[in-house]
Amino acid sequence: MTAVLDIDDLNIRFSTPEGTVNAVNGLSLSVSAGESVGIVGESGSGKSQVFLSTMGLLAKNGRAKGSTRFHGEELLGLKADRLNAIRGVRMAMIFQDPMTSLNPYLRISRQMTEVLMEHKGLSRAEARSRSIRMLERVGIPEAAKRVDMYPHEFSGGMRQRVMIAMALLCEPDLIIADEPTTALDVTIQAQILDLLSELRGDTNSAVVLITHDLGVVAGLCDRVVVMYAGRVVETGLVRDIFYSPRHPYTVGLLESIPRLEGDGEGGAEHPRLKAIDGQPPNLQSEIAGCAFAPRCPRVEERCQQERPDLIGLDNGHACACHKVGPT
Amino acid sequence: MSAPLLSVKELHTHFSVRVSKGLFGERRPLRAVDGVSFDLAAGETLGVVGESGCGKSTLGRSILRLIEPTGGEVLWQGSDLMHVDRHTMRNHRRDIQIIFQDPLASLDPRMTIGEIIAEPLKTFERSLNKTQLRDRVRAMMDKVGLLPQMINRYPHEFSGGQCQRIGIARAMIVEPRLIVCDEPVSALDVSIQAQIINLLMDLQRDYGLALIFISHDLSVVRHIGHRIMVLYLGQAMEVAERDALFDRPLHPYTQALISAVPLPDPDKERAKQRIMLSGDLPSPLDPPSGCVFRTRCPKATDLCAQSRPSLDDRGGNQSVACHYV
Ligand SMILES: Nc1ncnc2c1ncn2[C@@H]1O[C@H](COP(=O)(O)OP(=O)(O)OP(=O)(O)O)[C@@H](O)[C@H]1O
Ligand code: SF4
Ligand code: SF4
Ligand SMILES: [Mg+2]
Repeated sequence: MTAVLDIDDLNIRFSTPEGTVNAVNGLSLSVSAGESVGIVGESGSGKSQVFLSTMGLLAKNGRAKGSTRFHGEELLGLKADRLNAIRGVRMAMIFQDPMTSLNPYLRISRQMTEVLMEHKGLSRAEARSRSIRMLERVGIPEAAKRVDMYPHEFSGGMRQRVMIAMALLCEPDLIIADEPTTALDVTIQAQILDLLSELRGDTNSAVVLITHDLGVVAGLCDRVVVMYAGRVVETGLVRDIFYSPRHPYTVGLLESIPRLEGDGEGGAEHPRLKAIDGQPPNLQSEIAGCAFAPRCPRVEERCQQERPDLIGLDNGHACACHKVGPT
Repeated sequence: MSAPLLSVKELHTHFSVRVSKGLFGERRPLRAVDGVSFDLAAGETLGVVGESGCGKSTLGRSILRLIEPTGGEVLWQGSDLMHVDRHTMRNHRRDIQIIFQDPLASLDPRMTIGEIIAEPLKTFERSLNKTQLRDRVRAMMDKVGLLPQMINRYPHEFSGGQCQRIGIARAMIVEPRLIVCDEPVSALDVSIQAQIINLLMDLQRDYGLALIFISHDLSVVRHIGHRIMVLYLGQAMEVAERDALFDRPLHPYTQALISAVPLPDPDKERAKQRIMLSGDLPSPLDPPSGCVFRTRCPKATDLCAQSRPSLDDRGGNQSVACHYV
């Protein structure tokens, strides 16, 4: 399979008045054509920054080092005009808050047709009808009429659909969705998840889905990347990660979720959840050994000094832990 | 059964909202809480679930009169909180505490956490001297899993989970009988969320605390709740024991809500039949006539537009507001 996105040894540092924040540390991952990859991990583990840097959207105080290639072309340090030809056209991003990518002062029609006219060379009329079709595709009723509305005239769920329509407009090879349903009510989230999996069926776009909701990953993703403190600690096929997690953090994460299906123990007594003690590390200082060591139930002496490498197990399953090796 | 600790009867909290501009702009009633009733026993947890705008937070705040209800009764150990004088209300406030979703925002940034946790004691136990105060605070910090030597630190030096522990310590220090928890874990990571849920359950067990646990997360509510109330546009759709509600939901909205939750289990999640609700939540300013759920209900008929179904017991302590159950 060919890689659409290939990230190699990525480091992202932010300089702040309090010192340097090591947000992403030596991270490598790749995304193949048509595949859907879920990115999970604690808040602050670097999930968003990895892909904001892919899109060239890091904050001013942030620096990315390493390599991020899109269809083989290096994105880090790419000139603005070249990046603009890729961004929003061949790769697009969907955010938690749709207003991040919609302009509040412009009608939806204008925002959609301009992209198509500029990058796909369509006439205004062609662009308009393609935009309407795309809005219909994502389930906006009366799209021909609503295409001329402003973003604030849509409800939250509808606005999310409009943003998805915008992202899909140029049929990108890669869609990066950062918590696309986190702000939505669950019945609306269900509609959007349904839409996303339907779209996955009939476009060939690769999807990166960043989320803290393991249920969303379980439903939509082929593969999962688990991050902790700016590194990949485990990655594998979705069933391997959920049914045979190997890294102590992944194991703890899956055990700490309350289950809607019940805890299987019955009775009026409520079992305790298996929480992970402690809290994620401060990224302001370099971490010598394994970043999970202070919270890890299996920690041993060398975890404090030696950083575990990401070691391949089987089936594309890989894990960064001294206590886990190929079986 | 012994008399309930708290008994809420036909509670209404309506706001008057200006829907057009200007001095004489049109105002409309927003029925944030629209006739909600429930009983709560000591040591019991009522889980309150629903989507945005369903009135969960207004309900919680109305019980403490942080927002003034516009009708109904709130009986606390038999006395009606809606009609007590300020002095009595203040004493009751000691028994009923509240914690909020955004831990950091609810803590005064200029106070040390010791001062924050001690504050309610200064109101309710004025006779304590400085040493006694400090001892009480340190003991409570220890109880909620904060290192007592952090007593002089400021809130911004703490993580989200720790700030929530500070909020819980502040609520617990006056030994309340009931804590209203308004989305207390929604802002936290799953691994930290589990710590806080365990803490609340431990405190409940050790002190016989009653909890009203408000959340949009059904899995969390199933885990912590004894009884569950499902709200939609200010009204209770269904109230039942936890297992009955999740295993045999009767109201069409409860059924859809539960089926909408993505399960963290790839095989189950992909095999699952989802009940899709079409459309958006109606505006609470313009709720549908009759049954408020009818615009999204797959089973709605003409009758549903004409009359509001009452919340009736369908046996086994399961109450449902639907014409067709
Ligand atoms: N402009 C910035 N300056 C300094 N630090 C930053 C900046 N932007 C991000 N960070 C830090 O980088 C780290 C990674 O952040 P990132 O937003 O990628 O986390 P995340 O995994 O997406 O978290 P969440 O689940 O909360 O969205 C965090 O410690 C964050 O505080
Ligand atoms: S390397 Fe050591 S500390 Fe890190 S996850 Fe493995 S056992 Fe735990
Ligand atoms: S009363 Fe009618 S609209 Fe309301 S839930 Fe029952 S069937 Fe649906
Ligand atoms: Mg993020």
